Amino acid sequence: VIRPIGEDALMILIPAFNEEGAIGAVVNEIKEFHPDLPILVVDDCSADGTRRAALHAGADVVTVPFHLGLGGCVQAGYRLAFDLGFQYVIRLDGDGQHDPAYITKILQKLKESRSQMVIGSRYLNGSGEHTSFMRGLGIRFFRLFLRLILAKPVHDPTSGFVGVNREALEVFARSFPLEYPEIEALVVLQRLTFRFEEVPVRMRKRLAGQSSITAVRSLYYVLHVLLGVLVNILKYRGSTRR
Amino acid sequence: MERLLSIAAGLSLLLIGIVLFAIRRAHIRVEYSVSWLTAASALFVLSTWKEGLSYIGEILGLDNAPYVLLLIIGILFLFVFFRFSVIISNLKDANIALTQKVAILEYQLHSIHEESETKA
Repeated sequence: VIRPIGEDALMILIPAFNEEGAIGAVVNEIKEFHPDLPILVVDDCSADGTRRAALHAGADVVTVPFHLGLGGCVQAGYRLAFDLGFQYVIRLDGDGQHDPAYITKILQKLKESRSQMVIGSRYLNGSGEHTSFMRGLGIRFFRLFLRLILAKPVHDPTSGFVGVNREALEVFARSFPLEYPEIEALVVLQRLTFRFEEVPVRMRKRLAGQSSITAVRSLYYVLHVLLGVLVNILKYRGSTRR
Repeated sequence: MERLLSIAAGLSLLLIGIVLFAIRRAHIRVEYSVSWLTAASALFVLSTWKEGLSYIGEILGLDNAPYVLLLIIGILFLFVFFRFSVIISNLKDANIALTQKVAILEYQLHSIHEESETKA
């Protein structure tokens, strides 16, 4: 079982679904930068060899018995990390889009700012490269929308390159949005008066596979997230402000 | 109108029969059959009690008894569907929590097994 190392123990969390072609390289690349970091891959009941590839690369793997979706997988990882006593968790995608070189930057920002969440943003340096047109459009829409709710600009609200500290970990281990969780998670943090920061990161082309958010599903995505945001605003209304 | 009310009464009795049969065969749990039995019983009472139907029609401003009956059926079944959506949502939440717990326990068990094998 992976164990926290030191007082500020960090765990790397990678949710993965049918990422056989990329997951091994992602784990190996993280190990190049951080050989001693515990890496947990949560395999969302993949039909390919994702589990085998991740284990072969040296990651610990939790495999859920049936397909839960991104949020369910991430929450499983957060639960385990919280139970084991980790102080920080940084989540990366399993397709190789996130450059592990930025893990240190995100961790540093988490510690320095004492924010509950730090987002690796592909737009802070103004590039936003390797983002599809539809996704780019959606991100722009949610930027404007979230500006009203969060009372603070967020440049890359759909980024899956996210670090959280133990306070956020405790909240997300208990409750986490199931589908398209990134934006809803931000709203939950805002309702609990937690803080978030962004750091610029470089986004790369995915090593293998395709994005699950196709053009047709984009509309469903927008509606789902809007409803989810509304639900979370109502759900956490009257929460203890800190 | 008479024919429609008779069909509604017959269908409600059929629904009660199907639900009771399903309970007996353990195809449906008793707690989940209550909504169906209540809705079907209400439908049966209204389709056989014309004065009651007319009275409700007056309150709603409808002078056509079949419309009143259809409206009430629609409302009753919307409530039933809503109740089952709540139940399904709760079951899904419980399923996810259980799935995550099983996956984590399986991982821990596997790790402990591997560690003990390495020591041996």
